[in-house]
Amino acid sequence: MSLILENIDHVVNGAVHIEGVNLELAPGSFNVLLGRTLAGKTTLMRIMAGLEPPTRGRVLMHGEDVTRTSVRKRNVSMVYQQFINYPAMTVYDNIASPLKLARVSREEIRRRVHETASMLHIEHLLDRYPAELSGGQQQRTAMGRALVKDADLILFDEPLVNLDYKLREEFREELRELFKARNCIAVYATTEPNEALALGGHTAVLHEGRLLQYGPTEDVYHRPRDVLTAEMFSEPPINVVPAIVSGTEVTFDRNVHFPLNRDLAGLSPGQYQFGVRASHIGLERQAKDDLELEVQVDIAEISGSETFLHVRNELFHLVLHLTGVYEFAVDQPLKVYFPTHKIYAFDRNGDVVHIPSRPGAH
Amino acid sequence: MAQITLKSLAHSYSPSPSGPEDYAIREMEHVWHQGGAYALLGPSGCGKSTLLNIISGLLTPSDGQVLFDDRVVNELAPEERNIAQVFQFPVVYDTMTVYDNLAFPLRNVGTPAAKIRERVAEVADVLDLTSLLKRKARNLTADEKQKVSMGRGLVRDDVSAILFDEPLTVIDPQLKWKLRRKLKEIHERFNITMIYVTHDQLEASTFADKIAVMYEGQVVQFGTPRELFETPAHTFVGYFIGSPGMNLMEVARTEEGVRTGTVDLTLPPALRNAIHRSRSRNIKLGIRPEFVEVLTEPGEASYPVEIDNVQDLGTYRIVSFTFAGMPFRARLGEDRPLPRRHAYVRFPEAWLNLYIDEFRVEVGQ
Repeated sequence: MSLILENIDHVVNGAVHIEGVNLELAPGSFNVLLGRTLAGKTTLMRIMAGLEPPTRGRVLMHGEDVTRTSVRKRNVSMVYQQFINYPAMTVYDNIASPLKLARVSREEIRRRVHETASMLHIEHLLDRYPAELSGGQQQRTAMGRALVKDADLILFDEPLVNLDYKLREEFREELRELFKARNCIAVYATTEPNEALALGGHTAVLHEGRLLQYGPTEDVYHRPRDVLTAEMFSEPPINVVPAIVSGTEVTFDRNVHFPLNRDLAGLSPGQYQFGVRASHIGLERQAKDDLELEVQVDIAEISGSETFLHVRNELFHLVLHLTGVYEFAVDQPLKVYFPTHKIYAFDRNGDVVHIPSRPGAH
Repeated sequence: MAQITLKSLAHSYSPSPSGPEDYAIREMEHVWHQGGAYALLGPSGCGKSTLLNIISGLLTPSDGQVLFDDRVVNELAPEERNIAQVFQFPVVYDTMTVYDNLAFPLRNVGTPAAKIRERVAEVADVLDLTSLLKRKARNLTADEKQKVSMGRGLVRDDVSAILFDEPLTVIDPQLKWKLRRKLKEIHERFNITMIYVTHDQLEASTFADKIAVMYEGQVVQFGTPRELFETPAHTFVGYFIGSPGMNLMEVARTEEGVRTGTVDLTLPPALRNAIHRSRSRNIKLGIRPEFVEVLTEPGEASYPVEIDNVQDLGTYRIVSFTFAGMPFRARLGEDRPLPRRHAYVRFPEAWLNLYIDEFRVEVGQ
């Protein structure tokens, strides 16, 4: 069971929503569609499901052209942002509903509803009605309905956005487990890079209706094809600064110079954009050739156990991702340390020309 | 400008409450000092909205008093309390210009025109709205409208406090940090007591100097973001703050020492003694994933564990393992060696917190 999207364009009232998307999803794969609001995630999912035919291009399921086949004739499930359940039905009947439609035997329905509910930890709630459940339990019920039938394709459209972050943490861990034993294709849309990383599998990065890159999640994250992909697939976004490489040294920030090191020796003279991940800039020197930069604090965003420190000088704005809680006053002067061995180099077109090696990679 | 004191305050929605579980707010003492930047943080249903409504005057508490400076305000209506509120969704008059929206609260109280011009100009300047003053509000983006909402709260210089209720919900994620900075600047410039109500730890810790964490109708900790992270005063704070939250293990006294599950723990004497002195049967030790050390070889006071799962989050990893039958998590930097299946873990004593009956107990040296 593979799903292939071939040269997909989608135009609504003259506005291009999807442009030239080619994508092949392998049988049994878990795929994340990552992109900001309006990147085209939902449109692409609707095309995959058959809820909407594309303006141009073909959709192939298991080698068969299903471009114009309606959703009713495809074996597809979908889970939405809103917790959509039948309010007048119990959790049991909600989960059983797709099986009843498919005329599955009563005994088999019982078995599968209980199996699915136990997987989702809602077996004790089967007699309740949706209105009596918490948001997390309602979404578990909706997921149960999607998982109970053996769909060829399951689509999740930002299913966790309306849950609080503690529940999101739990769900993410469980979701991957749920799909380990399944043979269907799962597609999961999110705006959050960290959610894509946590879910693993494969990731497709979308931006303004175009597919920027698709591959194993870790590969796309660590080996982005261009600066836009790197920015879209990092939170906080990777820091990008303009740099000039001469025969022997690098200049950026107009007055920061450092000798061209072994890592960057392959770069020919010219203008580049250097990318450095937020967690690679520190408050302390990590390597002896780190660059010391004088900056001012814009704001320290603290997220319980980590700090996103926004700093600036006259020429650029950087974000540091620090483990632990650091409190800083707005406009406080500060020194930060910028690594010279963890730099991505992008050429003037934004294409990646150098990827740093990772000491901890395995 | 005022100090807000909650004195023996409690609230029950039930006319004849029979026990603590009937109270949305359990009896509490609390002071919000004049000029502070505070947050009220908790999950849905913890009582924070009830408390907010009691402070703003939308709800009269069933027990206790609310004081603005020395004055009891229990019976005062919201408009008599001089409280400005900024809600989740912008409250602006679409047909009015930005200028008229900002001037509206001042005109209502008969402020002289010259004074209005001065205040509106100042507030518009702080919020980067100066270039939009002549525009009709309906043509603004969601975040511009929310800035106008905030401006309406700030424009009067006689307000006792400003209450924010999840004010950044509608703001585009890429713009949020800019508005967070704006809020900090405003607080520093106007020296007004501000209380920011949210369920989101990032909103709370970024805005506030001190955070009141609410859980089941009680403020279980009132502390700085750093205190909430390093020394959570209640197991709920340990769980709720941080992603992932704190690891907690139930421990029991043995004749010789302390045990969790079937594992005898090697603990510093002060901690062991504190556990032995307690008569409670609800004793827990907590350590945050950031402070758990994961080793490939055994070390001093290390315990062997099996690794269940590793989540690679790009520049760090969350390692899940089972210790004494309980699920644990450790945060491991990308440069640290990652054990395959068998590993050893250490719990540095500086970062072990002791909880008796769910509340943290300070252990002397």
